[in-house]
Amino acid sequence: MADLTTTFLGITTPNPFWLASAPPTDKEYNVRRAFEAGWGGVVWKTLGEDGSPVVNVNGPRYGAVWGADRRLLALNNIELITDRPLQTNLDEIARVKKDYPDRAIIVSLMVPCTEESWKAILPRVAETGADGIELNFGCPHGMSERGMGSAVGQVPEYIEMVTRWCKENYDKPVIVKLTPNITDIRYPARAAKAGGADAVSLINTVSSITSVDLDDFCPEPAIDGKGSHGGLCGPAVKPMALNMVAEISRDAETAGLPISGIGGVTTWRDAAEFMALGAGNVQVCTAAMTYGFKVVQEMISGLGDWMDRKGYARTEEFIGKAVPNVTDWQYLNLNFVTKARIDQESCIKCGRCYAACEDTSHQAIWMKEGRVFEVNDAECVACNLCVNVCPVEDCITMERLPAGQTDPRTGQVVSDDYANWTMHPNNPAAQAAE
Amino acid sequence: MAHTIRTPGIVAGRLEKDVLAENFSDLHPPLDAHEAHVAADRCYFCHDAPCITACPTEIDIPLFIRQIATDTPLAAGKTILEQNILGGMCARVCPTETLCEEACVRELAEGKPVEIGRLQRFATDALMAHGPQPFSRAAATGKSVAVVGAGPAGLACAHRLAMHGHDVTIYEKRDKPGGLNEYGIASYKTVNDFAQAEIDWLLDIGGIDIRYGRALGRDVTLEQLSDAHDAVFLGIGKPGVNRLGGFDLDGIRPAVDFIADLRQSDDLATLPVGRHVVVIGGGMTAVDAAVQSKLLGAESVTIVYRRAQADMPASRYEQDLAASNGVNLMFNAQPVSASGAGAVESVTFEYTADNGTGLKGTGEKFDLPADQVFLAIGQVLEGAPEDLSREGAALATDPHHRTSLANVWAGGDCSATGEDLTVTAVAQGRDAAEAIHKSLMGEGGPTNG
Ligand SMILES: Cc1cc2nc3c(=O)[nH]c(=O)nc-3n(C[C@H](O)[C@H](O)[C@H](O)COP(=O)(O)OP(=O)(O)OC[C@H]3O[C@@H](n4cnc5c(N)ncnc54)[C@H](O)[C@@H]3O)c2cc1C
Ligand SMILES: Cc1cc2nc3c(=O)[nH]c(=O)nc-3n(C[C@H](O)[C@H](O)[C@H](O)COP(=O)(O)O)c2cc1C
Ligand code: SF4
Ligand code: SF4
Ligand code: SF4
Repeated sequence: MADLTTTFLGITTPNPFWLASAPPTDKEYNVRRAFEAGWGGVVWKTLGEDGSPVVNVNGPRYGAVWGADRRLLALNNIELITDRPLQTNLDEIARVKKDYPDRAIIVSLMVPCTEESWKAILPRVAETGADGIELNFGCPHGMSERGMGSAVGQVPEYIEMVTRWCKENYDKPVIVKLTPNITDIRYPARAAKAGGADAVSLINTVSSITSVDLDDFCPEPAIDGKGSHGGLCGPAVKPMALNMVAEISRDAETAGLPISGIGGVTTWRDAAEFMALGAGNVQVCTAAMTYGFKVVQEMISGLGDWMDRKGYARTEEFIGKAVPNVTDWQYLNLNFVTKARIDQESCIKCGRCYAACEDTSHQAIWMKEGRVFEVNDAECVACNLCVNVCPVEDCITMERLPAGQTDPRTGQVVSDDYANWTMHPNNPAAQAAE
Repeated sequence: MAHTIRTPGIVAGRLEKDVLAENFSDLHPPLDAHEAHVAADRCYFCHDAPCITACPTEIDIPLFIRQIATDTPLAAGKTILEQNILGGMCARVCPTETLCEEACVRELAEGKPVEIGRLQRFATDALMAHGPQPFSRAAATGKSVAVVGAGPAGLACAHRLAMHGHDVTIYEKRDKPGGLNEYGIASYKTVNDFAQAEIDWLLDIGGIDIRYGRALGRDVTLEQLSDAHDAVFLGIGKPGVNRLGGFDLDGIRPAVDFIADLRQSDDLATLPVGRHVVVIGGGMTAVDAAVQSKLLGAESVTIVYRRAQADMPASRYEQDLAASNGVNLMFNAQPVSASGAGAVESVTFEYTADNGTGLKGTGEKFDLPADQVFLAIGQVLEGAPEDLSREGAALATDPHHRTSLANVWAGGDCSATGEDLTVTAVAQGRDAAEAIHKSLMGEGGPTNG
């Protein structure tokens, strides 16, 4: 049986599933129950500076995107950081940590962008015995209007500066949580590293409007007839989060910087994908908010099951394993020629592949007598659209043309040499190099 | 309670009122909005969808389902009714398991088709609850058409003609419209007097005048109709029934008569039914008579069909419906005689076999006790003018539903191309109306003669 014990920044937890800083980790009551349910660690709901706590709206704070049967595909929120007094949170953190020494407690922090503010809070956090801190440079709503959250996360120089203050005034690991609301995630990650961060965590929520009420002409969630953008999370943001994690993993400047993967982790498989792209562990928020703490049981059993099947004894054995295979377009092998193949046995004759290819792709599928759908190799460019729209799994597959065979579309003989765009005759740069 | 299921003879009130009410409630309760969403999401929006081809009225099923999925059930309703003005009734009574849902690719994929019928009901119910029909009349053409019979074929024809601006007069033998929608379809498929509500809604288009109690051949002749109108459409169904020689004891009657009584009853507790009921036949009528007898409180109900189960015209779904209601199904047995002192007491059957030379009795016989026997061995054309050509026992028509007379069209059960289905009657009534319209407005169309 695979061992899920995972060590991240020297903090060892029984599994790589941590709860992200959010309502699930808002107070002692939740966190104790989360640990009882099996979560490996938590990042406590973000604390702000001492004094009067922030206030949240008193109307609805979430919007949503649903699939059929109201499956929650994405959640959007306009919640701020904790609205409970600082000392209450710190006392609770200390108590819980004492009772759960084998679980991680990371304290998420967001205070104004001045050194005094950080110097004031860090020693108080250190006293709790928590395992580390996470700097919330990600919150895209409310706090950013006050010069915090993503307002910091969008300016690499601020990230570096605040990270450095924290490293100078706190002994344990410092994780920098990144906002996805920027054009190139590598810049804030590089800044965090330059400031001495022990790790980055990503992504925080994506600025979003989930829907507009077409009666009131107001974005949801509506607060007295008005709405403001919120932060999107849940299954819909996973693809963006995966890409950002991969970008940091394979960037020469940040390669090796530990990453805590966040964004739409809903099942064990999502977690395994983040980890394959270099995340040392994952954090979960929406899945827990949708299904409750118990979801971690499926994540634990699923990851263990997969590791057993694959023969991985420990999580380190597959963390980062996909990173070498993430490359730039220009290095993709142009001699890899495939054609769509329709398995007539499993085809249910819906014609979706035909409609997609005929109307929007390359007119490469024939609809023959009796609703028999066949691929015309002379037109198929192997785009994969038919595979993606076919409702039957594995009914359409891509088959590689063996070397030596002629591609009926191009009339050229397939070669098994590797050849990419940088070497292609149509590429002016390639020709210039010759 | 005066009677129970074990009271001998044919009596009323075998079951308590609330049990009867429960027994005759909606067979397929309507989908609520969320259920409709979930059901609609299963549709793949197929290209050149096979379900459309399988629908005799060719409703654009993927389109209306997508309209439901995107919260526009009224648009969905319109998509349906444009093709099939009795789409609400068809949603309830179509044997979808042998039509659209059989062709649905998800039936092939997983044996569970998209619930097209129930989704169709969701959309048409929404549209009808919303208010008046979305169709209106074109400018008056000054032409007038006689429609004989206010069943599904006649109503569909009349509505389409009215849309085109023609004036329509319907001649209906009975004193109520609807044909078998009103007198034939099983109660639990069309609860709350849906048939009449739908017709009221349909007639709202205007331009359709119905004369009740006017039978072709009895009160009016084809010549009179031809003289008074520019064209005639016959949608008279099959008003007659096949009889069985020697089966004339009290307690023996055509299943359709029993069903008509049942459909017209205001209080099912007053409707008599036998303790032991035997139904002879193998179609939808046999199943409906049997199931409804059972639901009324008959102790035992047996359908006896002369051929093998695989040959039974009632679909497998209908057979299962009968079986799950406690009806016994017997195959390969033909009726020989009925016996009893005055009223029927038992029926003698002979087993049959078909060894490739046609169905024959095997000589082996058995008796079934019966206080009541329903004959469901087919309906026949009756009352159609003799000078119209026949194909078999029904009216011969060309592909545009024109009969052997140039100004007379026919569709539905009375036509040789009818399929004894409501939806086919609607399709043929509609298509005949289009053909009549073309002919009246001089837009080609072959003129017979
Ligand atoms: C018991 C039973 C159950 C059925 N269940 C189903 C079902 O579940 N689903 C399904 O799809 N189909 C079912 N059918 C078949 C369906 O009802 C018919 O196919 C359909 O009603 C045919 O429509 P129509 O307009 O051709 O004829 P009808 O519905 O028979 O209408 C004919 C009309 O013409 C009138 N008429 C007859 N003679 C004259 C005359 N001489 N002059 C003036 N008017 C006349 C009649 O009174 C009647 O109103 C069932 C049939 C029966 C008998
Ligand atoms: C209601 C809500 C409140 C959140 N509050 C915080 C917060 O205080 N601090 C923080 O760093 N992230 C906060 N987040 C972001 C989450 O920690 C996480 O980064 C994001 O939801 C993506 O993960 P998920 O897809 O698993 O939900 C919040 C998210 C939600 C839904
Ligand atoms: S891979 Fe693309 S081009 Fe080829 S058949 Fe499929 S959709 Fe058409
Ligand atoms: S999309 Fe798939 S199932 Fe549908 S016709 Fe094409 S190959 Fe067959
Ligand atoms: S066949 Fe089934 S899945 Fe395809 S369009 Fe029709 S209802 Fe939808």
